[in-house]
Amino acid sequence: MRYHSPSTFEDAARIAAAAQGVTRFLAGGTDVLVQLRSGHVLPDDLIDLKKIPGTYDIAQTEDGGWRIGIAVPGAALGAHAGLCKDWPGVVEGMELVGSTQVQGRATLAGNLCNGSPAADSVPGLVAAGATVEITGPEGTRSLPVAEVPVGPGKTALTAGEVISAIVLPPRGDKAGDAYLRFIPRTEMDIAVVGAAVSLRLDGDTIAEARVALGAVAPTVLLVAEAAEAIVGTTLDDSAMDALAAAASAACNPIDDKRGTAAFRIEVAGVMAKRAARIAYDRAKGASA
Amino acid sequence: MSFSLTLTLNGAQRDIVLDDPRVTLLDLLRDRIGLPGTKKGCDRGQCGACTVLLNGKRVNACLALAVTLDGAEITTIEGLADGDTLHPVQDAFIEADGFQCGYCTPGQIMSAVGLIAEGRAGDDPERIREGMSGNICRCAAYHGITKAVQEATRRMDAATKGDAA
Repeated sequence: MRYHSPSTFEDAARIAAAAQGVTRFLAGGTDVLVQLRSGHVLPDDLIDLKKIPGTYDIAQTEDGGWRIGIAVPGAALGAHAGLCKDWPGVVEGMELVGSTQVQGRATLAGNLCNGSPAADSVPGLVAAGATVEITGPEGTRSLPVAEVPVGPGKTALTAGEVISAIVLPPRGDKAGDAYLRFIPRTEMDIAVVGAAVSLRLDGDTIAEARVALGAVAPTVLLVAEAAEAIVGTTLDDSAMDALAAAASAACNPIDDKRGTAAFRIEVAGVMAKRAARIAYDRAKGASA
Repeated sequence: MSFSLTLTLNGAQRDIVLDDPRVTLLDLLRDRIGLPGTKKGCDRGQCGACTVLLNGKRVNACLALAVTLDGAEITTIEGLADGDTLHPVQDAFIEADGFQCGYCTPGQIMSAVGLIAEGRAGDDPERIREGMSGNICRCAAYHGITKAVQEATRRMDAATKGDAA
């Protein structure tokens, strides 16, 4: 295995584009190291991105959004007051990944690129309308997080491309988000179902919403019908029922040892309703 | 190809030369530096037996490649006591019977030191259990572990307030 520690993303992309064998980018390493140690993936070239300046930074953008470096560990997201105030749902999703020790290393970019349909940080990012900045041999491009995973373990990134930052849009007023997952224990587990909701209010009425579901399909889903079910409502009982029905209808899950398909479809509706309620209350609180 | 790096390990500077980039921090500590207090349980980030402090934060030593850590400050279980005087968390684990076989204990203690420094749990047993959930004890000494972390938190808080007064 050759170890590289480039000092720019352009150099990282060049090394990856020129590599012939198995190549892995290294951020927090909490997936890559497990694959390496188990012999599951033995990279010929390992490209460590943590020596690139700015990869540990969380910075507010000019428009009021946030730019998060690809090496920022989950623990640092949770300790950042400004980010927690604007996007609590994004932060709580990441903080459900592994233990506090894993949080000391694990990153949003890594959780996204690992490509698990059950990745806890991804539904929150999708609901938030986050984008990633991608650096490749041809330059940089921007892609919605929702379009990064294309199947279990697969992403839309092409050879030589690497995520160089995660970008959250400006939160604005009277808005809130939330992420919830179902697991059969209290900690340290993989989501059976995850649901994230981000919304904005006009008075007591929901003016905009995005609903994302995890672990119920080959990729995290952005469910437009579920969002439409609550836009224009005050999240009354009939809107909640319509939200749950739309969320359940969008599911295309598998049966596995963690849950049956029928159970996941049912629980997706329940999780979507509960996440919507939390997001709604946060939006009200933020505007109070 | 060899790699050289410098670590501050338990307060002392160490220059290290690696012949292989695949060496984890855990294997470096145990097999190459001779500090076997940090334990290898699952070697994949699930059990917490290898917990150390990296720049003051809890991490699993099995999930960090040593070659990536040039310039880092590492604290292991061997670096906690001051000579024969145990760290308050070590004392509390002994008094509260926070172990049986002892294999997970260095990781439990390092995790507890990290948790107390984070200041998020206080002496609330439910939050301590959540904060310590990355450390598995197959003897199930959890009752004593939680009591030990509670007691150590109180003593360290009292000592800090005493210093300030």
